[in-house]
Amino acid sequence: MEENLIKTCLHDRHVKQGALMSPFGGFDMPIQYDGITQEHNAVRQNVGVFDVSHMGEVRVKGPQAYDFVSHIFVNDVTGAPDGQIFYGMMCYENGGTVDDLLVYKVNDQEYFLVINAANIDKDVAWIKKNAEGFDCTVEDESPKYGEVAVQGPKAEETVEKVLGIDCKDIAFYNFKTFQVDGEEIIVSRTGYTGEDGFEIYGSHDYIVKVWDKLMEAGVQPCGLGCRDTLRFEVGLPLYGDELADDITPIEASLSMFVKLDKPGFIGKEALAAQKAEGVKRRIVGIELEGTAVPRHGYPVLVNGEQVGEITTGYKSISTGKSVAMAMINKPYDKLGTEIEVQIRKKTFPGKVVKKRFYDKNYKK
Amino acid sequence: MSKILDDLRYADSHEWVKLEGDIATVGITDYAQHALGNIVYVDMPEVGDEVVAGEEFGAVESVKAASDLISPVSGEVVEINEALGDSPELVNEDAFCNWIMKVKVSDPAEIEGLLDAAAYAKICEE
Repeated sequence: MEENLIKTCLHDRHVKQGALMSPFGGFDMPIQYDGITQEHNAVRQNVGVFDVSHMGEVRVKGPQAYDFVSHIFVNDVTGAPDGQIFYGMMCYENGGTVDDLLVYKVNDQEYFLVINAANIDKDVAWIKKNAEGFDCTVEDESPKYGEVAVQGPKAEETVEKVLGIDCKDIAFYNFKTFQVDGEEIIVSRTGYTGEDGFEIYGSHDYIVKVWDKLMEAGVQPCGLGCRDTLRFEVGLPLYGDELADDITPIEASLSMFVKLDKPGFIGKEALAAQKAEGVKRRIVGIELEGTAVPRHGYPVLVNGEQVGEITTGYKSISTGKSVAMAMINKPYDKLGTEIEVQIRKKTFPGKVVKKRFYDKNYKK
Repeated sequence: MSKILDDLRYADSHEWVKLEGDIATVGITDYAQHALGNIVYVDMPEVGDEVVAGEEFGAVESVKAASDLISPVSGEVVEINEALGDSPELVNEDAFCNWIMKVKVSDPAEIEGLLDAAAYAKICEE
């Protein structure tokens, strides 16, 4: 099984630098270098770099690229300037989520989709199947690209000074392309940490060079462990936890990205009905008294009856509180509802809170 | 690399035991705390609980994951290390000083079935 894991272009670097490696989404990825807490704090307070080469990239190109992206994507890219990025989901007809993704608008006839590693095969098959009848091509460019995320309050300074990339004029959720060493690289002001930061896409050779420069400059290498604690603290979902084939974006409390006023897209009817009728369950935040740690799958109880389960939980590194996101049946999703979480043999009291445990620090 | 004390007995699930009379002091090893990383919570049994050798008696939580604690001895819990409630990171600082529970053992001979320091060191090398 392990032999089949894919190695990113930075795999040798991770192993040489002594990272703890673990399978993730079919890839052999670094979980931590110097400890999740240290890496987490580096990103909150300074700057850190992640290998995110496992992410998938799909290019949609052709006269009907706009129509096709509108058809499969729940957010609305209409009228956007070139260089803008949208977050949203692709859904099945029944509203369940195929994946959450970023859509980069190159121009009306070209879009660049960034999808989750674990879903690349499923997504590419889904996108290609639904592209039949549209005058556009769908190309899985995942094997071609390496990607790093430089994240933290000093990300801009680092990308400018260490990498020599003129990124200060790139606005939040926008990107630019640059010609470097005879190739085109993509730099976007995006990330998955709640901090300011950039994601850089380029050839494997280029991304290895970028990594080496960042290491020479003393930038903290970060693993997927703190990527999860960082995204969790600011309430960002992870496909497989808060989103899944059988969880709709409405249930995931991500309605703001579902534009029901735009023309037909896959899943619209189901999502509109769910919004009109109200969901039976949804993702909320939970804060526990004490410091026992709620984990994915642990039951959430009211008066001894299970009313939901934890989707992600941690003892928050930034606040020290035991907090979680959980899928909870109505009406127990209301803010302030007193619940209990079963952790092994014991139950611990807590309450429903907003699913943002730490304020985002974006530069907009 | 990890510290192993000669005068203790060990379980292959990375707990250590020190038997004095019929009281066994139990903790996790230096190897275990190192493998877990930053410990954020120790789920301890309550005084008066019965624990059984080979069965779970609590858990140690790192940032990322929960790991079950397996009791190396059978008996009644007579004391738990209350300091770990507020400061679970003490286990990272010194896993041998910062024990987790003390058990009045029902069969002191049970400890003979555990690993000695040399045998445990081999397990850590694997």
